[in-house]
Amino acid sequence: MNLLDIPPAAIVGQLIVGLINGSFYALLSLGLAIIFGLLHIVNFAHGAQYMLGAFIAWALLEFLGLGYWWALLIVPLVTAAVGMLIERTMLRRLHGLDPVYALLLTFGLALLIEGAFRLKFGATGQPYASPLSGGITLPFAFLPAYRLWVIAASLVVCLATWWFVERTRFGAYLRAAHENPQLVRTFGIRVPLLLTLTYGLGVGLAGLGGVMAAPIYQVNPLMGSNLIVVVFAVVVIGGMGSIIGAIVAGFGLGVIEGMTRLLMPDAAGIVVFVVMLLVLAFKPSGLFGRGDL
Amino acid sequence: MWGAPMSNPLLRVQDLAAWYGETQALARIDLSVNAGEVVCLLGRNGAGKTTTLRAVMGLLARWKGRIEVGGQSTHGMPPEAIARLGVAYCPEERGIFASLSVEENLLLPPVLAPGGLTVAEIYGLFPNLLARRHSGGAKLSGGEQQMLAIARILRTGAKLLLLDEPTEGLAPVIVHGIGLTIQKLRERGFTILMVEQNFRFASQMGDRFYVIDEGAVVEHVDRATLERDRARIETLLGV
Repeated sequence: MNLLDIPPAAIVGQLIVGLINGSFYALLSLGLAIIFGLLHIVNFAHGAQYMLGAFIAWALLEFLGLGYWWALLIVPLVTAAVGMLIERTMLRRLHGLDPVYALLLTFGLALLIEGAFRLKFGATGQPYASPLSGGITLPFAFLPAYRLWVIAASLVVCLATWWFVERTRFGAYLRAAHENPQLVRTFGIRVPLLLTLTYGLGVGLAGLGGVMAAPIYQVNPLMGSNLIVVVFAVVVIGGMGSIIGAIVAGFGLGVIEGMTRLLMPDAAGIVVFVVMLLVLAFKPSGLFGRGDL
Repeated sequence: MWGAPMSNPLLRVQDLAAWYGETQALARIDLSVNAGEVVCLLGRNGAGKTTTLRAVMGLLARWKGRIEVGGQSTHGMPPEAIARLGVAYCPEERGIFASLSVEENLLLPPVLAPGGLTVAEIYGLFPNLLARRHSGGAKLSGGEQQMLAIARILRTGAKLLLLDEPTEGLAPVIVHGIGLTIQKLRERGFTILMVEQNFRFASQMGDRFYVIDEGAVVEHVDRATLERDRARIETLLGV
């Protein structure tokens, strides 16, 4: 099939879907990149923490009557706090050991958290109403307002995080501690605290993603594990630990996936992994990765 | 002015022993540095000079003995706490961060106490760094990296500077510049404990000298006796 034969409405539709998926890929791979960059941990609990964010948003509405906009503020803070608790009480103890231990720990945590939620809520989802109705009607397509909001908000959060890491003093601490944590400690900077805050930041981003996803996908105990496999591929494509790589690869692969759904619907589920194979074959450190990772 | 250690040195190291894994790196180090002094650690490669500095900075996982900064024991302190006692460390490999610009490298260490140099004073001491302040840290020459590594620990208010081989691998004209810098830092009241392989350079800079061999202090001389004992010390250093 030729791209020109496809009606523009379908193209715009898939572009929006691609950008929506890309928004979540970018938010989640960004958190993973930040955590990996400083703690050298592959955070397998990231999908569960994203799901946790969606469930906390749902619970705030269900039990406290606090709606989406409150959740957008509260959930990242709560999930970040949960993340910092995990870092202080568990991950900290694995510091200096083979990174595989932290990988196993976070993988186990993901299974535990998701299992517990499945036990409590079953595998079916909880609905979460969209906070924005209506949308923009173009001559050939309708753009739902909430989806446009998610794309814009995710882009802003991604760019703000990039700015924070690349342009601020705290970000300079992070970059320096990534290169040489011991030397940064000799300057009087409390690197262990920096690790805790960084893990909290990454988990908070996952929680934020969860809130934003709640009105689009159902709030479901397995929503994270479905997504995280693709997100890991996105991280590998962007380059482990690269912030700009996570953002570009996240949105880019969302769009590539959407376009593939138009041209070869059967291939949409695997196109991300095909891209990953190609990247690994020709640039193993990822599109934006540095060779030292 | 200098001479025998006074009763209240800024840094006192007693009976220090240290290990890297199972390998003993230091057997017995005793030394002291008084406020305002420049003290040099001399010795062959692998004698334990760098390890001694790293122990003072709190960078060793396994050591025993006693290290006091300003009368306070550093036992059990992480490096970030020792930094707050007024100690700063300039490593042999310089440790310039490649992902940070020159100015970001310079401004990275936070000011922990009053009395440090201002950014303007630092750029006055190192005009090269001002010209290159927006360059990436990895783009500097070896001499510029060394200047930056010294420059960035002058803002923080640290009183005791641990300099590990500041002249290593540098051209004579740059070594001369670093010598002038160390003189100025001494005039500003900084206390310096320096590891140096360049015996000629060290003999011009130091007030007192400890010779370390196989992890122990084997000789302690001041500048006057250094001249007298020069031949014997050169033999110890293998120069």
